[in-house]
Amino acid sequence: MEKFLKSKSASFVLPFVATIVLFAVWELAVIIFKIPQFNLPSPSSILQALIEFTPQLIANSMRTLWTTMLGFGLAVAVGVVLGFLIGYSRLAYLTLYPLLVAFNTIPKAAIVPLLAIWFGANAIPATITAFLLAFFPIAVNVALGLDTVEPEMKDVLRSLGASQVETFQKIGFPHTLPYIFASLKIAVSFAFIGAVISESVASNAGLGYLIVQATADFNVPLAFAGLIVLAIMGVILYGFFVLIEKKIIYWAR
Amino acid sequence: MVQPLTNSSVAASSLKDTQPVLEFDQVGLEYPFEGSMRRIIQEVSLSIQPGEFVSFVGPSGCGKTSILRMVSGLNPAPIGEIRYRGQRITKPLHNTGIAFQNPVLLPWRNTLDNVMLPLEIVQPHKRDFRQKKAEYTRMAQDLLSTVRLQDFQKQFPWQLSGGMRQRASLCRALIHQPEILLLDEPFGALDAFTREEMWSMLQALWMRVKCVGILITHDLREAVFLSDKVYVMSPRPSTIIYEVNIDLPRPRTLEMELSDEFNHYFSTIRRHIHHN
Repeated sequence: MEKFLKSKSASFVLPFVATIVLFAVWELAVIIFKIPQFNLPSPSSILQALIEFTPQLIANSMRTLWTTMLGFGLAVAVGVVLGFLIGYSRLAYLTLYPLLVAFNTIPKAAIVPLLAIWFGANAIPATITAFLLAFFPIAVNVALGLDTVEPEMKDVLRSLGASQVETFQKIGFPHTLPYIFASLKIAVSFAFIGAVISESVASNAGLGYLIVQATADFNVPLAFAGLIVLAIMGVILYGFFVLIEKKIIYWAR
Repeated sequence: MVQPLTNSSVAASSLKDTQPVLEFDQVGLEYPFEGSMRRIIQEVSLSIQPGEFVSFVGPSGCGKTSILRMVSGLNPAPIGEIRYRGQRITKPLHNTGIAFQNPVLLPWRNTLDNVMLPLEIVQPHKRDFRQKKAEYTRMAQDLLSTVRLQDFQKQFPWQLSGGMRQRASLCRALIHQPEILLLDEPFGALDAFTREEMWSMLQALWMRVKCVGILITHDLREAVFLSDKVYVMSPRPSTIIYEVNIDLPRPRTLEMELSDEFNHYFSTIRRHIHHN
């Protein structure tokens, strides 16, 4: 047992088995307690809905995917620039940081109706919500990365007569990379959440929209199918950035 | 094994061989403390000759590290002045090598690339870096083998022991053939055995480059072993209360530590520290 827990395959096998067990218990519970489908559909009927509505599910998840990635992309660009600004300039830190913190405390779901008024019920509110949720952790982490460069490391460079730009190239930037990647995997999950929230409030497509529509039609198995697809997408997005992180900053320990 | 890497720096300095490389002219230091200025260093005046290895020892808080930072130009002397070849030091000198107690190797670089870092920054090496990369790599490998790290070139810092990291840090401090080597308690975090081993390696490295060496240390044996001259500082506000030339032949060996001469130097310095 000890040996198995330390092996690499354990980290795949155990969650997989747990999922299977969960679904089995669920299926049995639905049958034994005769739970009606519009309260809690059984895994088998969810699977049925998954197969029946595959084209709709794919089309809507593609929409969710690209709004998420677009919002996330914007968040990376803005977050990295803001982070470097805050990290390097005392002026920018004192001026912008309190505003960012204040803005970040606003629940983004509350902004979506406004976005819908401004842009209509389409992909734009979802993209913007994804961006709004994702840029803050990136900006904070970049600033944190720059701030935590060991002073002695900077001294070594300065004593050699390195310019500000060289110091940034040689230590500031590489030192910040692990912080950036740590924030990317969080930010991409946030962007995904933001996009789905927005879709469920004001949109004309996307998985969030699909789930709201399905529940309105009392097609609860389809709503659950949408949830399952959301979970799978979320894990894939997170896993993708974990993988990139491992590849690029292999030296971080 | 003991051969200069190149003769360029030696040739340039031989013209002014009689002049001191560094002159401390009534150097002082104050620090704000509870609303008023507290004097840390009262007055230090001395000069350091080409190729001389000196140590500063003294109680903690007497401004030893500040002296190093003033020489490096990281924090130029606020009172009095330090001159490098007649020029007042007001900003970082480019031809210094520096090593701290914390080796601060860059974790994203392997040992070899860490050692070569100064060559990417200091002219003329920076300009020639791409062209002469092969030659520079050999120089770095050469230094690494002096400290017996030749088999660890491709390792990353987290794969090295504390002593190995510090050895790599010393190589980095010397690769660009600096005229001044600044050492701030470089072996303070190492165990006693490793530390003694490091003394010999540092001496071997330094004898190849033959630059000015300035060592800040708490370890009096280390100061005697490595230095041509030891300066003893008083508690703050500090001055130099004792200086002694260490006339032991080089290369010094760990056996010499047992000699009467060595112990005489050690006990005299120790007495001066204790009496204050």
